[in-house]
Amino acid sequence: MLSTLMAEIKEFKKYSILAPICVSVEVFMEILIPFLMSKIVDMGVEKGDLNKVVIIGAAMIGATVLSLIGGALSGHFAAIASTGFAKNLRKAMFDNIQHFSFSNIDKFSTSGLITRLTTDVTNAQNAYQIIIRICVRAPLILICAFIMTVIIKPQISLIYVVAIIFLGIVLTTIMTRANGYFKQMFRRYDDLNASVQENISGIRTVKAFVREEYETKKFNIAAQNVYNMSVKAENLLVANMPIMQFVVYTCILLISWLGARMIVSDTLTTGQLMSLFTYTMNILMSLMMMSMVFTMVAMSKASGERIAEVIEERTSLAAPRDSVSEVKDGSIEFKNVSFAYKVDRNLCLTNINLNIKSGETIGIIGGTGSSKSTLVQLIPRLYDVSKGEVLVGGLNVKNYELDALRGSVAMVLQKNVLFSGTIKDNLRWGNKNATDEEMKRACEYAQADEFIMAMPDGYDTWIEQGGSNVSGGQKQRICIARALLMKPKILILDDSTSAVDTKTDAMIRKAFREEIPDTTKLIIAQRITSVQDADRIIVMESGEVNGFGTHEELLATNEIYREVYESQMKGEDE
Amino acid sequence: MADKNEKRKGAKNPGKIFMRLLGYIFKHFKGRCCLVVVLILISALANVYGTMFMKSLIDDYISPLLVNGSGDFTPLLKAILRTACVYLCGVFAAYTYNRIVVGITQGTMKSIRSEMFAHMESLPIKYFDTHAHGDIMSIYTNDTDTLRQLISQSLPQIINGTMTIVSVVACMFFLSVPLTLLNLVMAAIMVFTAKKVGSISGKYFAMQQRKLGQVNGYIEELIEGQKVVKVFCHEAESMKDFSKINDELFEAASNANRFANMLMPILANIGNISYVFIAIAGAGLAIGGIGGFTVGGLASFLQLNRSFNMPVSNMSQQINSIVMALAGAERIFELLDEEPEPDEGTVSLVRAKFKPGGEIEESVTRTGIWAWKYKHKSTGVVEYKLLQGDVVLDKVDFGYNPDKIVLHDIEVYAKPGQKIAFVGATGAGKTTITNLINRFYDIQDGKIRYDGININKIKKGELRRSLGMVLQDTSLFTGTVMENIRYGKLDATDSEVKAAARLAGADDFIKRLPNGYDTMLTGNGANLSQGQRQLLSIARAAVANPPALILDEATSSIDTRTEKIVSEGMDSLMKGRTVFVIAHRLSTIKNSDMIMVMDQGRIIERGNHEKLIKEKGVYWQLYTGRLEQS
Repeated sequence: MLSTLMAEIKEFKKYSILAPICVSVEVFMEILIPFLMSKIVDMGVEKGDLNKVVIIGAAMIGATVLSLIGGALSGHFAAIASTGFAKNLRKAMFDNIQHFSFSNIDKFSTSGLITRLTTDVTNAQNAYQIIIRICVRAPLILICAFIMTVIIKPQISLIYVVAIIFLGIVLTTIMTRANGYFKQMFRRYDDLNASVQENISGIRTVKAFVREEYETKKFNIAAQNVYNMSVKAENLLVANMPIMQFVVYTCILLISWLGARMIVSDTLTTGQLMSLFTYTMNILMSLMMMSMVFTMVAMSKASGERIAEVIEERTSLAAPRDSVSEVKDGSIEFKNVSFAYKVDRNLCLTNINLNIKSGETIGIIGGTGSSKSTLVQLIPRLYDVSKGEVLVGGLNVKNYELDALRGSVAMVLQKNVLFSGTIKDNLRWGNKNATDEEMKRACEYAQADEFIMAMPDGYDTWIEQGGSNVSGGQKQRICIARALLMKPKILILDDSTSAVDTKTDAMIRKAFREEIPDTTKLIIAQRITSVQDADRIIVMESGEVNGFGTHEELLATNEIYREVYESQMKGEDE
Repeated sequence: MADKNEKRKGAKNPGKIFMRLLGYIFKHFKGRCCLVVVLILISALANVYGTMFMKSLIDDYISPLLVNGSGDFTPLLKAILRTACVYLCGVFAAYTYNRIVVGITQGTMKSIRSEMFAHMESLPIKYFDTHAHGDIMSIYTNDTDTLRQLISQSLPQIINGTMTIVSVVACMFFLSVPLTLLNLVMAAIMVFTAKKVGSISGKYFAMQQRKLGQVNGYIEELIEGQKVVKVFCHEAESMKDFSKINDELFEAASNANRFANMLMPILANIGNISYVFIAIAGAGLAIGGIGGFTVGGLASFLQLNRSFNMPVSNMSQQINSIVMALAGAERIFELLDEEPEPDEGTVSLVRAKFKPGGEIEESVTRTGIWAWKYKHKSTGVVEYKLLQGDVVLDKVDFGYNPDKIVLHDIEVYAKPGQKIAFVGATGAGKTTITNLINRFYDIQDGKIRYDGININKIKKGELRRSLGMVLQDTSLFTGTVMENIRYGKLDATDSEVKAAARLAGADDFIKRLPNGYDTMLTGNGANLSQGQRQLLSIARAAVANPPALILDEATSSIDTRTEKIVSEGMDSLMKGRTVFVIAHRLSTIKNSDMIMVMDQGRIIERGNHEKLIKEKGVYWQLYTGRLEQS
């Protein structure tokens, strides 16, 4: 995991090295300053030598300026290094996701990917900044300050050894225990958020069933759980500061006592005593810092792992065996195709054999879970078959360059998505260089032109994220137009007119028939009227082709088809 | 996007928000707050006492020892023990107040969350229509989280810092007036610098938040639509677009972090410089013996100088988190200040039974009979009216926005037990009508009467309980399948739930789930198909057993074969109830008692199937349009 993440530091390596160097300068000066301070007292103030005070004072100001520059520069470099690192992580993940196959996406789940790209990256960025600044700073201060105390008075530095060991053990114990609680707290927190999320999106259901109080009660339990865990975790943490204070005070008093005796026996100066006090603070504070850093880095370890997982994921689609860049025609053939989403899972498709001629219109019908969508998703190679082969234009789909294949197979997915941008922006997904006339024509075929023109800004109307400002039926029609603009050899509609009324639906199919006769069209539908005028119809039943033929043939021979037909047409031909 | 981020800026009236927030905390934790202030005071005083001890250490104990060389360390030992006691009090006070603060912080966050949630549940549907769900979410998460930093860190630090500064300055004045003045001048420079750097960094932070919002929005959108990206081979373009906004975010973030990182070293070093100046000036005073200033005095003054600089720089660093917390608090209060759904209804729904004389009276046990109960205001007489499911919409006009009417002059008469269907193109206003009957929205003009009672007079909850709804978009909640169906009637037994599932045709697939009825559903039932979710939602309405039903595209995603199975259940579910049906599949609505054909917010045709077919109007067109090719 670490090497994957570190590989993304890239051009920010320079800054990542400069930052700790500047930190070191800052630390050295910070240690030097108290030393100079003690000199001011010893050599200047006590001896009544104002000159010395001014000279050492000047040296101290010089050290201060250096410390300032070091501190500011380290902040500057660390900021660039950490935010740059975050930028590279996001980019590496995003780019890799673009190479994901559908099964890779399914594996991570959409919301999982979003969290990794957002929250987890922020965590990694903060951790990285801490590592290159504080992880250098704290131990360095500790060591330098300790060395200084040894120089001043080795006997007294023994006190620190004891204090450091004591504090180290206590703080680590507290932090590890608190960590466990924090992990639990985050899980409770997720539950709480899920509860809010559900209630916002399901508010109509809540209100329709008058469950406001019930939901509030449920939420209060979740909030109470978060409260209990947080209090538990934080109550442990709050002990840190007082324990720290306790140790500092103990050291100061001990040093006062011993120091006083030493001063009396003339083995220590007043100024040295004062700088010892300062180093006490330095040593113990850096220890405190180290324990904090330790927990924060530990907490972000999980984020790092989740990021690395995405970057390391390799697409499950094998590279094209050949690089054919031209799809000859819209013929499709399935040869003994079987498919399972996961290797060890049950087969979703079993032994499918189909032969579809270029330019045919094929209807596909079947119950929920009969794998209609799965079947068509194999054509543009959104998934790879488990067994057998799929041929498009007479060639195995694995022989095509992916872009060439998908550029010739337009698919309107069941779960349509429009992106924020104007209608034109969205349509151009089908063809970047589409002219206004082309777009209008595609929309006319998809029966979308009329309602688009009725919108205040026509084709320049802004679509909100997810297309939330157009109705389901309108969205479906824009999506169909978008696919048409690709001028595909094969057009696949996966239940894409379910929210369109029957009349409009019929008009769309009429336009297909008349305007793009050479394109092979595969239409998945629930409504029998949407498929009955197709050249041939596939009836799917639990992952197998149950029937394949014209409307009349199926009506005569296929029981499932007849059943569906009758249930929908019951008593309509009076 | 732009608008959304505009809102994420500083609070409009920080002072007022701050006072309101303090008031809120104080109201809930009065005793504890006072205790905390006292304990902080003790801890700060202990700290100052310790600093002063160093002055006396040198002046009162070490120097005399040096002078007379008596070697009597007893006074020093006593002083050290005394200080140890004071320190102990300080440590104890610090620990106690920190623990109390944890309770206050988490308690405040909990009660704010609970209060927000309870309030949110009471808000009208309109609120959810007009606020992005992500924005509402982030009030619970990001905005509430900013309070944690504020209450647990910033506020105690301000109190502690102020007390420390006040006592330190008092001690300083006691030691030397001119040095104190010099110290204050340097402090002013520190505060000024902190403010300057803080405001620059704040500006960049706002920019970073905006860019972060953009990047997150882009990620969300593209990842949600990743499958579409693949289908359209849009990968290269999306990488390019992402790269661009990602670079912009980097730019803003590195600036914001840079200034934030630089603040601390700058302040610390100004502190150092102030130390040097005081050392030089103080040495001058001590050497010159001006104003009786001693070396010990200088030593402790220098120590005081450090004690002074620490809280000043700590407090300066809190500025950013305070600004952020106030912006968060403002959004929290905005949510709490939203007007809840008005409910001026007085008529309630009660279980009823018939008295021998045919009169209705209230019943404590389940009778299957319901009645409206209302009390006459003037006389106090309680009256009961049998709930039958007679719904009348009388000349109803409605607009989501009062100046844009979307439904015109709607007249619907539903007799008890009738099935009323609405057909028409998407956007014709079918769903809107049903949302008026259960008062998700209030009408602009006209009247809706339920069993002859104006629905405005009925308590909202009771009205909605009398109307079962199966919505177009099914919402499932985290919990088992059993719990999700039971949502319709919380006290339903397991067998009642299963009976409802069988009625809805859902029993079959539920049994095939890994844990049957105990299968956990998460993320709005992400592991179920759309059709399966609709079946659950029908089961939920079935178990609620309401006298009237609204079915809004309840079977649109159920395949026709399954629908056939469901339809028997649906028929028995609809039996004897007033039902409003919206459907695209005309076969679903053909047997309705009354079909309303809607177009652009008006009812343009009405009648039963035979009548409408005979009229050869729009319904006939819709109905035969599907057949024109066959």
